[in-house]
Amino acid sequence: MAESGSPTRAPARQEIRLSGSGGQGIILAATLLADAAVASGREVIATQSYGPEARGGASKAEVIVADDEIDFPEVTAPTITVCLSQEAFDAYAAQTERGGLVVYDERLVQATPLAQRRLVGLPFTHMAETELGKAIAANIVMLGAVQQLTGVVGAAALADAVRRRLPAKIVELNLRALKLGHAVASGPTGPRAPA
Amino acid sequence: MPQPRRLVEGNEAVAEGAIAAGARFFAGYPITPSTEIAEVLSRRLPQVGGHFVQMEDEIASIGAVIGASLAGAKALTATSGPGFSLMQESIGYASMAQVPCVIVDVMRGGPSTGLPTEPSQGDVMQARWGTHGEHSIIALVPSSVAECFSLTVEAFNLSEAYRTPVILLSDATIGHMREAVALPTRDELRVAERGEPDVEPDDYDDVMSTVDNIMPRPALGSRYAVHVTGLVYDRSRGGVPSTGTPSVAEGLGLYLREKIYHHRDAIARVEELEMEDAEVAIFAYGSVARSARAAMKWARRQGVKVGLVRPITLWPFPMAAVDHMAEQVRTIIVPEMNLKQMSWEVQAAVGGRAKVVDHGRIDGKLIRPEEIQNLIRREFYYHHFEETA
Repeated sequence: MAESGSPTRAPARQEIRLSGSGGQGIILAATLLADAAVASGREVIATQSYGPEARGGASKAEVIVADDEIDFPEVTAPTITVCLSQEAFDAYAAQTERGGLVVYDERLVQATPLAQRRLVGLPFTHMAETELGKAIAANIVMLGAVQQLTGVVGAAALADAVRRRLPAKIVELNLRALKLGHAVASGPTGPRAPA
Repeated sequence: MPQPRRLVEGNEAVAEGAIAAGARFFAGYPITPSTEIAEVLSRRLPQVGGHFVQMEDEIASIGAVIGASLAGAKALTATSGPGFSLMQESIGYASMAQVPCVIVDVMRGGPSTGLPTEPSQGDVMQARWGTHGEHSIIALVPSSVAECFSLTVEAFNLSEAYRTPVILLSDATIGHMREAVALPTRDELRVAERGEPDVEPDDYDDVMSTVDNIMPRPALGSRYAVHVTGLVYDRSRGGVPSTGTPSVAEGLGLYLREKIYHHRDAIARVEELEMEDAEVAIFAYGSVARSARAAMKWARRQGVKVGLVRPITLWPFPMAAVDHMAEQVRTIIVPEMNLKQMSWEVQAAVGGRAKVVDHGRIDGKLIRPEEIQNLIRREFYYHHFEETA
């Protein structure tokens, strides 16, 4: 599949922050994204931050893809932010770099406009539930959408990461989730803030 | 040829490093942020003919590890601060009885349950002095996923060479971080095997173990008669307890210290970056060394001469490198995720030859490069900085 989202050379350093609640698969999504980025031959680092709760509580995972050695492993200037909860949107959306992209679950987040960032709300959890019968696959639907919107990793590399990382019996479901994400992100997008 | 480049988590790299080093026994009790080490080894050890035991607690875990090592296996456990505290008594036993073993402490915010999912460097002094009594210890501090692997191998090699427990001090950031790495294959590694004492059993006598010839610990059940005790023992009489002769107690105590300190320069590893012309040095270890490296690069872009001294071996303290640094620079900045634990040590070693600036953080957040950059700016107050920190 073509890298539809990257018409020019990738910037020297890209920082992606995924945020939501414990149990939504935020860390797994970041791991898959980072895994896919390894295929590009660039430097990759993924970190995670979560509370002591098994479910609920804030969860955040970050991926940095760079041409050079990555020193400080955490995101300082995210160009892509994903928010799967209101708390996450309120905490992190505004930290996105100007010109950056904020992707959120439109059924879980009441988005407020942000100057100079592109906001895209999509119904990840709703679609995972209705189209796949598994709300828990919302994180992978989101990944498919982020891939489609940004081209930060290749679509084939992302599918390979799903095949490599996930247990065999759920690979097929998650590949469908990726495709669903691609499809939903290709359609009409959410509200755009004034540039 | 190394293995293909892939995404590996720090804790997973520790587990793979242990397998590559020849470890065939793990006993532990799960605790965040170390649990992935146990998880991976529970799957991997049986694949290579090894044994994995989930014990009832950390006290039993270190006991089982010492037992396995005495029986001849390379053995490890992995834990975090609270579990590390529970293990301290038996770490002293392993030190006294000279039992090679590796203890991985993935540091988190403490004391007690503290900040179970957040990084800290609060255990660096626990690693050195956590157990009771006069003893020596080796502790290594990885600052990348690749080092989680290589230093685990190194920890086993040192534990065998010096017949001592070795601590691998990771932290929640390093343990849970994933990086693209090409792990080495077994034939690219130097792995120290335990071997047997270089004397016949009839002549076997621990007195032959000098600081220059530390004989391997013979396994229980081997052809050597072995006495293992936590009491003070007589190294000239096969290691039988001897508590009535002060000179024996002193001799053993000094030997246990000197077998590490005498080899300090061989054991202590330090990475030095941009130190050739540095006027100010940052002394940083583990995850914080990554922030320090970013700050050092920033400083160089700004035209000020800052270097980085990164201890890979925290204990024994890398005295030679610090001594050299103290002679060269006017200021040493010591950022760490505790309140001055290593900074005091640096200050003592520097002995007033340079100014030591400490910077501590105990809120569970990794020290950021800007924090160190602000300290650098103060040391070059007369310089015009183009960028803000």
